[in-house]
Amino acid sequence: MTMKRIVLLFLGLCVSFSGYAQEKGSVLITNGTVLTITDGNKENTDVLIENGIITRIGKDIPAPKGIKTVDATGKYVMPGIIDAHSHIAAVDVNEWTHPVTAEVSMEESVNPNDINIYWALAGGVTSIHLMHGSANVIGGQNETLKLRYGSSMNDMRFKDAPRTIKFALGENPTRVHGQGFNVQPRTRMGVEQVIRNHFDAALDYRRDRQDYLDARDAYEKGERESPPVPVARNIRMETLVDIIEGEIRVHCHSYRSDEIMMLMRVFEDYGIKSYTFQHANEAFKIAPELRKNNAYTSVFSDWWAYKFEVYYSTAFNASILNANGVINSINSDSGELIRHLNHEAAKTVHYGETSKQDALKMITINPAIQLGIDEKVGSLEEGKHGDVAIWSGHPLSIYSVAEATFIDGQQYFDRSGDPDDMRLDPDPEGSFAEARKRWYEEHGRRGATCMEGAEIRFSKRGMQF
Amino acid sequence: MVSLVMMKKKYLKAFALSGIAVFLLATTAQAQITEKAEFGKFAITNVTVHTVIDGVIEGGVVLINGEEIEFVGRNARITSDYQHIDASGKHVYPGFMDAGTQLGLQEIGAVQVTRDQAELGEFNPHVRAFTAINPSSVSIPVTRVNGVTHVVSMPVSGRLSGKATLIDLYGYTPDSMAISPNAAMHLNWPTAMKRGPHDQRSDKEVEEAYQKNIKQLNDLWERAVFYNEMMESYQEGSGDQERPEVQKKLEAMREVISGNIPVIISVDQKKDILNAIAWTEKHPKTHFILAGVQEGWRVADEIAEADLPCLVSTLYTPERDYDNYQRPYQNPAMLHKAGVKVAIATGEIENVRNAPYHAGYAATYGLGREEALKAITLNPAEIFGVDDKLGSIAKGKQANLFISDGDPFEPMTQIEQVFIRGYKIPMVSRHSQLYEEYLNRGAETN
Repeated sequence: MTMKRIVLLFLGLCVSFSGYAQEKGSVLITNGTVLTITDGNKENTDVLIENGIITRIGKDIPAPKGIKTVDATGKYVMPGIIDAHSHIAAVDVNEWTHPVTAEVSMEESVNPNDINIYWALAGGVTSIHLMHGSANVIGGQNETLKLRYGSSMNDMRFKDAPRTIKFALGENPTRVHGQGFNVQPRTRMGVEQVIRNHFDAALDYRRDRQDYLDARDAYEKGERESPPVPVARNIRMETLVDIIEGEIRVHCHSYRSDEIMMLMRVFEDYGIKSYTFQHANEAFKIAPELRKNNAYTSVFSDWWAYKFEVYYSTAFNASILNANGVINSINSDSGELIRHLNHEAAKTVHYGETSKQDALKMITINPAIQLGIDEKVGSLEEGKHGDVAIWSGHPLSIYSVAEATFIDGQQYFDRSGDPDDMRLDPDPEGSFAEARKRWYEEHGRRGATCMEGAEIRFSKRGMQF
Repeated sequence: MVSLVMMKKKYLKAFALSGIAVFLLATTAQAQITEKAEFGKFAITNVTVHTVIDGVIEGGVVLINGEEIEFVGRNARITSDYQHIDASGKHVYPGFMDAGTQLGLQEIGAVQVTRDQAELGEFNPHVRAFTAINPSSVSIPVTRVNGVTHVVSMPVSGRLSGKATLIDLYGYTPDSMAISPNAAMHLNWPTAMKRGPHDQRSDKEVEEAYQKNIKQLNDLWERAVFYNEMMESYQEGSGDQERPEVQKKLEAMREVISGNIPVIISVDQKKDILNAIAWTEKHPKTHFILAGVQEGWRVADEIAEADLPCLVSTLYTPERDYDNYQRPYQNPAMLHKAGVKVAIATGEIENVRNAPYHAGYAATYGLGREEALKAITLNPAEIFGVDDKLGSIAKGKQANLFISDGDPFEPMTQIEQVFIRGYKIPMVSRHSQLYEEYLNRGAETN
């Protein structure tokens, strides 16, 4: 065991036990071109972060005593990138055993030592929306994280971020459940009814449960003679009730415009108002309807043709949505793409001539709005969190690289100072070189992580997972 | 018995349905590009010409006459029969070439009936990508409007997958698109390592599997060498010999054995790369190219020593968790610095259009713009022996080039006009057509 490894192991232990991760840092970043996102670009400007919060943005800010200064002359300072669709740092992704598993949550499925977190930090990313998979119509609850690499499961959480849940329409749930298990849904018609049936059941549950609780109260107060027949608590149903009551935002895996229209009709019927369509390759076809319903979209820059429902796609999707006033973000859904989301956003300039400013919004303030954390992050403003990345040049240029990434003023990535090996839990088995997937694509899409754990192969012998 | 009949009916029905689906796919898969490519004489003027072989010419002129580049330079007499394209402030680059793809062989990843890159069986030296290139693949116009004019498209399954083809991205038949119908043989190098964290085999079992795979490969190779010698001696013979029985697979190996077409060896890890290098040295008559080579940087000197060119991408995560996060981006530069000739190969299908950005990352992370430009133009042309026609802008070369409003490695740059084989290509694809139709779709009542 090398000295470096011992030191790293030790650091890893310190990190896990000391609670370092939620600590707030202070730093003064000087003389950079500051891309505030919400208040224009400011040249030769300083950003002061104190105790994790941006306290000042301006020129020639004197460094408070004891605060580290980082010179950003000739460099660009922008808010940390937010990925509204990720599965990195996940322990498990898919609880695929039933078409509806609203009761499960990614909250307890976080690996803070996943090396992919560090690789994302090296791409200037500071927050991700860790999503449940797309194998079922109503999947598990997601978790919004800050990429506090090496902290604990608890400390990875984005404090006070609204609750969100994963829905999935189209081929994934119909393939896994209809084709795989021979239960509804086998079709998009079935998908709608699975949602409606469960919402109706949830409303019945809410009434029955409340009736029971009221009766029990009455019995305990002696206002009723016999104890009521209990209605057991059901977390799945309670979660669905929370969705209907607006406590949980829906993030729905979807591709085709018809299925997106379907879900908007269903949501209108049940009074559900805050939702984002994830992937949404055909959202461009119904941009006016999405705009009218204040629906959000979070799309790939250019992924398509890996399955039939994304065949009639266009890389101009994001630009069409943006031009029609839909709040759109660019996401990765991939441990590889998350490393260069800035360049994925730059493709919206290429495909449809979205402005640079709007392109940057799609990886900062827009995903923050979709996750309900835009009061705290997504732009550089006084009072917001000190989640910042410093870039060698304009972040949309292919020649720019992230040089430093801060979360709450704490530095988590330092291009010039970090060693090659940044693992925090060196696993002796992990250093064994294994032949991974071949360099070329085998199915037209790299890292189909949405279906991780639920990949089904149909053979003569039946299903294989 | 009843159930058997019912089963049969069910299968028949399913078969009929899938037939309809295939028909629908086939008809809808025709790219609806009604605008025709133009052919003739073109004069591109006031343009910065990135020739790749002869520096950069500011305020330059490129004349295209038929399939060829007729003139490159500063001052040209342009007669009125040339269609004039004033490209002030713009740039001209040679068409980009992606040296490793499956473009044209697959339409939709998850729809098996559209996947033609993976024939059954371990040894298929006789199958040819050229045969299955679909000139109407929607992905082809999507790719070429981004400045990628040529691809090597290859079968990928089994040990010897079959023959890759080098095509340009304009034409109504594979025949008109092919530069080299049989550009190379594709060999998936057998790994001597575990297949991943879930591989439960012992080290001994892994080694035994490797030895078995190598033996199969060597057996085929030896038979192919013998067969080739036998056929050569028959062909050179006096004619009174009885003609040996033709064996399809071994016949297909002849142009490989004799060194007429190279072998692309897909290999990624250090140990496997070293094994592959040692193996290639046993076959001095055959030309080899390494592809993937994700850990090439670990053994760059050995690869350079063996004089093996490498087809590489940059968009993948590090092979090992303990490696520096930049290694995939740096791999082309590290190989180049050791003296290896590198060419960009994305390994993609519908997103081969991102090849310029693969090169862009390579440029940023140590390769530099000039070398990265070579890696996506002249280098692959040289590696596949077609640099007399492709990979640079010079008099007499085939007119494969594009006009851009800036650096094509930048995602924000627009590619304004592409020429392939002299044809002025309509700058239209499924993607741009959907944009035109839906950008201002109009009222919700539509």
